[in-house]
Amino acid sequence: MSHFHPEIRQRAEELVALYPRARSAMLPLLHLAQEQDGYLSEAGIDEVAALTGTTSADVRGTAAFYDMFHLEPVGKYVVGVCTNIACLLAGGEEFLEHASQKLGCAVGSTTSDGLFTLEETECLADCDKAPCVQVNHRYVRTTTPATFDALVDELRDGKLDNDVPAHGTLIRVRRSGGLRVPRQEIVDQRALSTAARAQRAEEAK
Amino acid sequence: MAVLDSPRIVSSRSQYADSYTLSRYLATGGYVALRKALTMFPEQVAAEVDAASLLGRGGAGFPAGRKWSMLRKSPVSYLVVNGDESEPATFKDHFLVERDPHQLVEGVIIAAYALQVSQAFIYLRGEFALGLERVQQAVNDAYAEGALGSKIFGSDFSIDLVVHPGAGAYICGEETALIEGLEGKRGFPRIKPPFFPAVTGLYGEPTVVNNVETMSNLPWIVNNGGAAFAALGAGRSTGTRLFALAGRVNNPGVYEIEMVKNTFRDLIYDPQLGGGVFEDRAVKAIIPGGVSAPWFGPELLDLPLGQDEVGEKGSMLGSGSVVVLDETTCVVRAAWRITKFFSRESCGQCTPCREGSGWIERAMYRLEHGGGRMEDMDLLLDLCDNIAPGLSWPPQQTTICVLGSSIPSSVHSAIKMFPDDFKAHVLHGGCPHD
Repeated sequence: MSHFHPEIRQRAEELVALYPRARSAMLPLLHLAQEQDGYLSEAGIDEVAALTGTTSADVRGTAAFYDMFHLEPVGKYVVGVCTNIACLLAGGEEFLEHASQKLGCAVGSTTSDGLFTLEETECLADCDKAPCVQVNHRYVRTTTPATFDALVDELRDGKLDNDVPAHGTLIRVRRSGGLRVPRQEIVDQRALSTAARAQRAEEAK
Repeated sequence: MAVLDSPRIVSSRSQYADSYTLSRYLATGGYVALRKALTMFPEQVAAEVDAASLLGRGGAGFPAGRKWSMLRKSPVSYLVVNGDESEPATFKDHFLVERDPHQLVEGVIIAAYALQVSQAFIYLRGEFALGLERVQQAVNDAYAEGALGSKIFGSDFSIDLVVHPGAGAYICGEETALIEGLEGKRGFPRIKPPFFPAVTGLYGEPTVVNNVETMSNLPWIVNNGGAAFAALGAGRSTGTRLFALAGRVNNPGVYEIEMVKNTFRDLIYDPQLGGGVFEDRAVKAIIPGGVSAPWFGPELLDLPLGQDEVGEKGSMLGSGSVVVLDETTCVVRAAWRITKFFSRESCGQCTPCREGSGWIERAMYRLEHGGGRMEDMDLLLDLCDNIAPGLSWPPQQTTICVLGSSIPSSVHSAIKMFPDDFKAHVLHGGCPHD
């Protein structure tokens, strides 16, 4: 019995098929598991292990290395405020403090209604719009306390569900079709091109 | 005066709101270069890139053509594109993947053809949710157009391209850690030798790893020839480059300008570029090339933006980022925050990096927040020296990868350039700016 819903399971199998080795699909599959459950649940980790031919301990150990994966439940909206150098110079620390007060939760924790988790992030590569804020890894570009407050209210009212989908960096990333080049074609092509190149090099002499 | 008359090679479509769509791409010369490349022999395409002497735009600045020619003797198995841009204050690949994903995809296919590689991966930073959507759409479009897949555009060449999402780890920008991430593991950099990607890369096979901006230059180079590219810039720094300008300037942003022809002053002050320092303040320091680079004082504002020019002065052009610290900036706080970043992002394999970054961070924290001691400056320099012995540039390495040797840059620069600021923190019992 699959823990993944049929649609997620289908996407997961498509992803595994894209790589020469199943384990390579680890990171995208973990994104999918998080998309379904909101965090990496035990059942989600077990399913990723089965799909990648690894163990649950191995999957957990790998996931723990990466900042985007949550091993415990988080809010529907994960708010990340950058305080790295460019944002520091633009008042990122004060902005983070403001966000903490507005949301009513400490940095690194989740609001009591389970709606928001606040994180201090490292550089999010959007430094010309500092301080940089992402919600569920969407750039929201609120650089003043007033616009941040308005954003929080809109999120709370569900007005931004289209712009800021709940978890799932890959929620709108879908490859149309799988790999198209048969393995044998790659081998044949390589043999031909190596031979042709050798011949051209020979003729050049 | 800034030189702004050079062609825009990678940012030519940025004025269009729909620059990321296939229709805009095709209407503005998209896929012409790939069709041309397919009429050439693969080694002719590689020769054009060699003639362009395109330096890799990721950070190390190694010539892309030479990287490829090292592999010409034995077949390459995989091409991996590094789009895990995470160097603080660097946001030019973010710009390219969101604004011109088709240009990137076309560049990747051209590179794959030149290398005769039939499997390519684009590793994109996981936090680029929109970038992932746009690049995946561009890949889907390219398959539909016949630019990807079996026997592309009716040629004998076939290629598959997979978009791979990262998941939040600065270290995965290091090419061997990136390969580990692509193999589904923790992003632990591999020791070199033997794990040079060109020899023992993805799945232990020869692999080329190139940066997003490097790839995005290829369509123009094929269309216009390597010589036209090499005619721009000067010395080893050819072509144009994207500079990500951030910090206390009026117009932070990504600017494509000709290499070497412009100086830091041009970039910061020209009205069409940075537009000057915030509130007309004086420049206190600039951080060229990302936070891994040593800082420059205002006396080097007239230094040309070229790889060797910056290298000779003891820093690097690195990732193409330039951060401006103005006269009101607390350099202790800035250096502390940068060290906190390294401490957080150290993968933990090597003791000097894992322990050293945390120790430096704690010492910097107490200077900034009260509790600093006069002897802390010597302690900090000693710690830096333990990570990168001699504190020379380029740094000596005591760790598997260069994250370790990047840690001392900011702290060493700040102490060397602004010792009085550190003393003021000690005497004041914390940050005098607060």
